[in-house]
Amino acid sequence: MEKIEKRKIICIICPVGCEIIVERSENGSLKVSGNRCKRGEEYAIQEVTNPLRTLITVVKVRGGHLPVVAVKTEKPIPKKLLMEAVRLLSEIEVEAPVRIGDVIVQDLLGTGVRVVATNNIFKKTSSN
Amino acid sequence: MGVEVSKSTFVLEFAPYKYDEKIIKTVSPRGMVEYHAKTVIFATGARERNWFEVNIVGYRPIGVYTAGQAQTMMDLYGVMPGKEIVIVGSGDVGLIMARRFALQGANVKAVIEILPYPGGLARNIQQCLIDFNIPLYLSHKVVKILGRSRVEGVLITQVDDKFNSIPGTEKIIDCDTVIVSVGLIPRVELLERAGAHMDPSTRSVVVNEYLETTLPGVFVAGNALVINDLVDYAAEQGERAATSAVEFIENDGLPSLDWKNVVKGRNIRLVVPQLISGENEVLFYGRVARPEENVYLTAPEINFKQYHIRVTPPHMLRFKIPRRYFNDLKGDKLTLMIEPK
Repeated sequence: MEKIEKRKIICIICPVGCEIIVERSENGSLKVSGNRCKRGEEYAIQEVTNPLRTLITVVKVRGGHLPVVAVKTEKPIPKKLLMEAVRLLSEIEVEAPVRIGDVIVQDLLGTGVRVVATNNIFKKTSSN
Repeated sequence: MGVEVSKSTFVLEFAPYKYDEKIIKTVSPRGMVEYHAKTVIFATGARERNWFEVNIVGYRPIGVYTAGQAQTMMDLYGVMPGKEIVIVGSGDVGLIMARRFALQGANVKAVIEILPYPGGLARNIQQCLIDFNIPLYLSHKVVKILGRSRVEGVLITQVDDKFNSIPGTEKIIDCDTVIVSVGLIPRVELLERAGAHMDPSTRSVVVNEYLETTLPGVFVAGNALVINDLVDYAAEQGERAATSAVEFIENDGLPSLDWKNVVKGRNIRLVVPQLISGENEVLFYGRVARPEENVYLTAPEINFKQYHIRVTPPHMLRFKIPRRYFNDLKGDKLTLMIEPK
């Protein structure tokens, strides 16, 4: 866990964007204020303990009508793994066709999170 | 549903010929086709504002792209437009592109915003800029793009409250790519040419609560009507326009004939619809001119009042005023405004 006394966080759960203050009390427990809903409290505690982010990037496709397919992590992954995950995904290649929702990676860097396609890639025909 | 879809088709001309007959002339690989219809719905979307529309001077070097062009290159073709990036405009699109570049290994050197506050949502400032230590220059503008064959940098200055450069604040940021993300403009040229009344604040046409333009039986929805924050709003406008078109066809016109103006009061920058009959519930979409906290959104003529924790320009207001409120509407206008609590 990160060492904190008091931290200001902008909540990313919904478009309101609350400014949430997280403070550590003397007994070590976390006190959350400034949030306007329950999800904000959960987010703030997650953010100071192990921040998570959804990753959106592209993966190379062989034999498709386009050379890459847009992908995302099905759930947020630890923020500190983002760059490593992008590097890993830049090295793999999948075979066309790819459909929206297809699983590209079953378990991303041991997080248990799947990477799924967010675009349809057709098989390249001889005419194109 | 048996609807003919004509792909690769360009509309050359649109004419509201008669009250119940509109003509659309099109060209496509199948030749020229003319359509006659009782009603027409424009769902033509918006285009990106380009860099030559925001007074940036310089040559035309390689490396200047709109956010949409960069997105197409990266997400469809897997091509990186450059390595050292400066982004012009801090709307949600610009912020998201900053993150996209940073994640893909580029060095995003700055996001430049002319206004004193960010154009995008707070959560995108956090997850797109702060997460990647990307500097945001508020009250700054790009005055010149440097470089002749390839972008070599941008000249930026701080601006005063009239957006004029403050002398002595010039600064050069080296970069090889400039991404311009300075807003969207509804594509309603055909409607404007056909004589539909325009609203300078939305840069689109004036509509009533049926989403009908001032040309009877001609409707508009989605980003062609108003630049929406959420695709859900565009979809619901599409449904509204479709329902209205059916009503127009079945009854040879809409039931309401007398329109009251919706007036933009304190801190309201734009509102849709701009005309209401007072005979129906109305779903409004609006934007404020500047950020404010702890306020009421009010319509004083009808005692409508809605509390908002915070209102900001990037956060579209969407609110329904039920039919019963309009019983009290006596005059020929309805004012909407933001009032401090």
